[in-house]
Amino acid sequence: MITFTVEDHDGNRQEREAPDDMGLSLMEILKAYEYPVLATCGGMALCATCHVEILEGKDELGHATDVELDQLESLPEYYPTSRLACQIRIGEILEGAVVKLRGEDVV
Amino acid sequence: MIHTDLCIIGAGPVGLFAVFEAGLLKMRCHLIDALPQVGGQLSEIYPQKPIYDIPGYPEVNAQDLVDNLMEQAKPFQPTFTLGERVEHLDKQTDGSFIITTSDKTHIHAKVIVIAGGLGCFEPRKPVLGNLEKFEGKGITYMVKNPETFRDKKVVLAGGGDSALDWAIFLAKVAKRVSLVHRNETFRGSPDSAGKVFDLANKGKIDLILSANLKEVTGNGKLEKVVLEGKYKEEIIIDADYLIPLFGLSPKLGPIADWGLSIDKNAIEVDTRDYSTGVERIYAIGDINTYPGKLKLILCGFHEAAIMMHSAFKFVYPDQKLSFKYTTVNGVNAF
Repeated sequence: MITFTVEDHDGNRQEREAPDDMGLSLMEILKAYEYPVLATCGGMALCATCHVEILEGKDELGHATDVELDQLESLPEYYPTSRLACQIRIGEILEGAVVKLRGEDVV
Repeated sequence: MIHTDLCIIGAGPVGLFAVFEAGLLKMRCHLIDALPQVGGQLSEIYPQKPIYDIPGYPEVNAQDLVDNLMEQAKPFQPTFTLGERVEHLDKQTDGSFIITTSDKTHIHAKVIVIAGGLGCFEPRKPVLGNLEKFEGKGITYMVKNPETFRDKKVVLAGGGDSALDWAIFLAKVAKRVSLVHRNETFRGSPDSAGKVFDLANKGKIDLILSANLKEVTGNGKLEKVVLEGKYKEEIIIDADYLIPLFGLSPKLGPIADWGLSIDKNAIEVDTRDYSTGVERIYAIGDINTYPGKLKLILCGFHEAAIMMHSAFKFVYPDQKLSFKYTTVNGVNAF
């Protein structure tokens, strides 16, 4: 298990746990915790609806791929801390990170 | 007014297969989709991606699946309203409905089938002061008819392929084209980016890089677009039109106001026939929810078959439904 912190759209922070040996993505974990993440494309880095900011611990996660950057680029707003949650595998690298939800809110 | 037995909202894979299942029961369908083409997210988001969980196809390309579903629906002559969003639903005294789209197309149907996936794809809007005030009064999110922009001052915002392609195209039509992009480089097609830099060097378009949209102003209609430049300086551009191009995102839209029971952006249905709480309105595919729901295309196909047998009684109230196999009768017998 690894532990990281999620900040929702209202700014509330909660510590969350996730198994690091099941090949899950951060997007899947956020959905499992019932955060309002649309993930329209199901995790193929094709829709940018799982946009998050990594407020702490971004360097540990490595670089975004070109496909991911293309999607981020298409958003009206993105930040140096932006990533797509579907492209982040749950693992030791995420231990202690702080993730802020940025994807469009579900109605 | 278009008259049909069933009006299917959403022309994705499940909506298309619903036409086939309706056809087997001699019910005719009209489909509406906000996108300009059929196929839903398969065609819009991942046309070239393989799908591995369609029974009978170890692997099928998303667009090929859509093309095959169109072929399969063809004997039942579905009709389409594409590029229009469903806005209103009015119940008639005989129980049927009249649907009105964003372009004021009217469709009269005995039964409504919502197969809207995650909702209809709508343009992502920038966070911008006064944005909504000027929507339709200078701010538009898509280029429907390029002639609208002839001899006008147009500001495009975005760095993807659509922003690049429209900048190149509108440079020939508009009086002035300004392309605003927040970075120094484009991630869109290198060929298009090269053409845009070339047009800028020749003075055919204004390329404003490392700048962000900040505000829009005008008196009744758009007159100026205010940008924040690289050094936080204010840049003001005269504009008749602003076209922000930041991709599409699905939204449930007006369906949310139809009195249906909605849980987490999905419509709650009765699993006996995928009916909603409103008589003659069904919901199938990713847009519905029920205990154990799986958002899979194949589950949507199953739901389509079951719901059509329930909808039959509203289309043919005096007839008894007799179940027939396609293998025995062939498709043309239906």
